[in-house]
Amino acid sequence: MGLLTNLKDSISRVTDGLFAADEPKRIGIYGPPNAGKTTLANRIARDWTGDAVGPESHIPHETRRARRKENVEIERNGRKVTIDIVDTPGVTTKVDYKEFLDHDMEKDDAVRRSREATEGVAEAMHWLREDVDGVIYVLDSTTDPFTQVNTMLIGIIESQDLPALILANKTDLPGSDVQQIANAFPQHETIPLSALEGDNMDEVYTKIAEYFG
Amino acid sequence: MPGPTPDVDDDAPSDDSDDGVRIDMISGARMDGLTGMEKIRLILDGVRDGNIVILEEGLSPDEESKLIEVTMTEISPDDFTGIEIETYPKAEAGDQSFLDKLMGRKSTQKLTVIGPANQIETLHKDENLISTLVSRK
Repeated sequence: MGLLTNLKDSISRVTDGLFAADEPKRIGIYGPPNAGKTTLANRIARDWTGDAVGPESHIPHETRRARRKENVEIERNGRKVTIDIVDTPGVTTKVDYKEFLDHDMEKDDAVRRSREATEGVAEAMHWLREDVDGVIYVLDSTTDPFTQVNTMLIGIIESQDLPALILANKTDLPGSDVQQIANAFPQHETIPLSALEGDNMDEVYTKIAEYFG
Repeated sequence: MPGPTPDVDDDAPSDDSDDGVRIDMISGARMDGLTGMEKIRLILDGVRDGNIVILEEGLSPDEESKLIEVTMTEISPDDFTGIEIETYPKAEAGDQSFLDKLMGRKSTQKLTVIGPANQIETLHKDENLISTLVSRK
């Protein structure tokens, strides 16, 4: 009986391993609000599938639910990498509905948006602990990367032993400082890009294939 | 069934929150005996009362992740807008045991300051200094 159970377990492990190797990796796009995560997710999805992932906006917390685009096949150097892109809400430790009032929003809408935003952040943290195989961490290269949220999130990602690619986004804007981001997280490779303009996406795809393939 | 409720109020004098801002400095030894959820409850209960909580040894990355998640579930309009948090890692070399160094384990001990987002504002942070403005409710 014990022998049979052991044999069954061994076969199960081998078959699980085979299927796992074929399954697309779930890659979470993380970062603070307004870093350009959805713009990047849309850029990747449009380039390789023709579809978008979700609406983009300059108003913080436009993405309030984690959204998945499945089976994105990226071809690099004759090799195909299949990933599921998970676009997540911007992570923060605080949400005040009053900040949305500055964007010409009525109080009811602002309160609803803030409630959805908090649910979205909680969901994003859960995904990070349980459901992603790798992380693309997007930062706005025109802003200071030495924030507590960035430090905590990178620490959380490292503690999970997840492969992580750091992207310094918005290089098309004046004031972009890619080196500052590289200095903030010297233990990781930093790739500059403009997801909006599509600048340097070739290198981004090469790195995605290298890190998550 | 809920476990024992850790509370820093045990030996505290009567409520004097109208007169100032209360700061709870919690030792690593005090946190050691608590589960992850008890630590988060201890922090958030204090912060929601308007207190500044200073942890001698901070939280693990997993606990930080859960702290963000639970904080989000407790935010409510005109009541609680979340937390402000700052940490300083302690010098690693002195804190690591031989086994930790051998296994490549990093010390997670870090001085951590947590307060209500609407009362605490980080004015400046660099590698040697955190400058914070704390206002009353």
